Amino acid sequence: MITLVDNHQSLSDEIRLSSGINFNACLHCKTCANGCPFLAGMDYAPNGIIRLIQLGMEEQALKSSTIWVCVGCNTCSSGCPMAIDIPAVMDALRHKAIEMGVEIAEPDILNFHTQVLNTVKKYGRTHKLEIMMRYKLKKLDLFSDMGVGLKMLKKRKLDLTPSKIQDKKAIEKIFRH
Amino acid sequence: MKKSSDINKISRSSDRLRFSFFPGCSLKASGHENTASLLKFCDKVNIELTELEDWNCCGSSSAHSVDRNVAKYLPMRNISLVPKGVPLLIACPSCLLRMKSMYLKIKKDKNLRDEYEEMWGKSFDDELEIIHFFEIFNRICLEDFMDNPTEKLKRLKVAPYYGCMLSMPPDLRFEKSYSGIIEQTLSSLGADIVHYGYGNRCCGTYLSVAKPKIAENVVNEIVFKAREAGAECIVTACSMCHLNLEIRCTLENPIPIFHFSELLSMALSVEDQKKWFPRHIVDPLPLLKKRGLITS
Repeated sequence: MITLVDNHQSLSDEIRLSSGINFNACLHCKTCANGCPFLAGMDYAPNGIIRLIQLGMEEQALKSSTIWVCVGCNTCSSGCPMAIDIPAVMDALRHKAIEMGVEIAEPDILNFHTQVLNTVKKYGRTHKLEIMMRYKLKKLDLFSDMGVGLKMLKKRKLDLTPSKIQDKKAIEKIFRH
Repeated sequence: MKKSSDINKISRSSDRLRFSFFPGCSLKASGHENTASLLKFCDKVNIELTELEDWNCCGSSSAHSVDRNVAKYLPMRNISLVPKGVPLLIACPSCLLRMKSMYLKIKKDKNLRDEYEEMWGKSFDDELEIIHFFEIFNRICLEDFMDNPTEKLKRLKVAPYYGCMLSMPPDLRFEKSYSGIIEQTLSSLGADIVHYGYGNRCCGTYLSVAKPKIAENVVNEIVFKAREAGAECIVTACSMCHLNLEIRCTLENPIPIFHFSELLSMALSVEDQKKWFPRHIVDPLPLLKKRGLITS
């Protein structure tokens, strides 16, 4: 039995507004779930997340791994018979999860995004080598996946020095907002 | 005889086409062989690219994932830097999505336009054209720049790989679709196209760092399906996809992965391959020698 909580509409309304997407058009046909290349890494299928929000089970949705594992490849929205932009809903849920400070199901993925934006804040552009190093430092795991890192260095796929922009003030302005 | 659709395309003798060029972080600081071959190719077909001055990262997947404002302002600043009257050419599908979707949003939204103009102190250019690299094949006639085009790629069996960002994501669903450009172009240059059904499958993008196992599975599936369909190599439209397909493939007999720009440049007899191919993880030289595409 599903018990709806009293304010079950509030998160649903908020996500609908902030994403600009009416996910209540969802038919739960599971085209998104069947097409998603990353379903195996998710705890709920994409339409399952929509169902959770509709039922007011916001905590499960915000604490799910799905909202982080989704990379926004749009396989789901391309196939969706109701043309729902599901990745835009995932974006809105990630923002909400960070805002509410809930426990993040995939801290490694958030760590990665944070390191990417840190290099953009510093240089105006991403710096892959620094992203990887800081990501691993934060994770306290320097040695897993070393083979790939070394291969990339050997093939000069990781520039040692960052490419930087001149107008640092503009970047400060962007990150101040 | 020229097709009627080719009438407006430029030929060898015409003026150079000029574009402002947004490389993006992947091409600028990692896929150097992609950038180098792209620039060579453009030069050969009479296209002049001028790098957008002081461009910044488009925000990539990370900005829109965790910071709505940064995701908004990073592409905005780039748009504000484009000189008036020059189309902006973007080679990275992900940068194209971020920049073009922001551009279209500002065009439609009065508040966003005000915010843009206030923040960057410039009026918004409604006429700005933002195009993907593939658009140039609608503006030039490739065959005009070479003799015997159909003999160039010597029946190399190629599986085209576009990745997910070029397959009309919702924000760009009313924009031009470029699916079929790789097939059309490379077959006109004498390659055999292999159809394998995974050309728009996502490469796993940043999960390659944060969830390597997941990325490995999707990459292996793509490469396996291409090989199973008879492909000798895969050609990619995106520098980041190229990286993932190379570093995350754990199959026993991986096939070489080319950047589209590398094959195009080779067809135009650019001789720089020795600078590009040492940067590949799967060495393409044995295959190219076997096909007679490279002699030494």
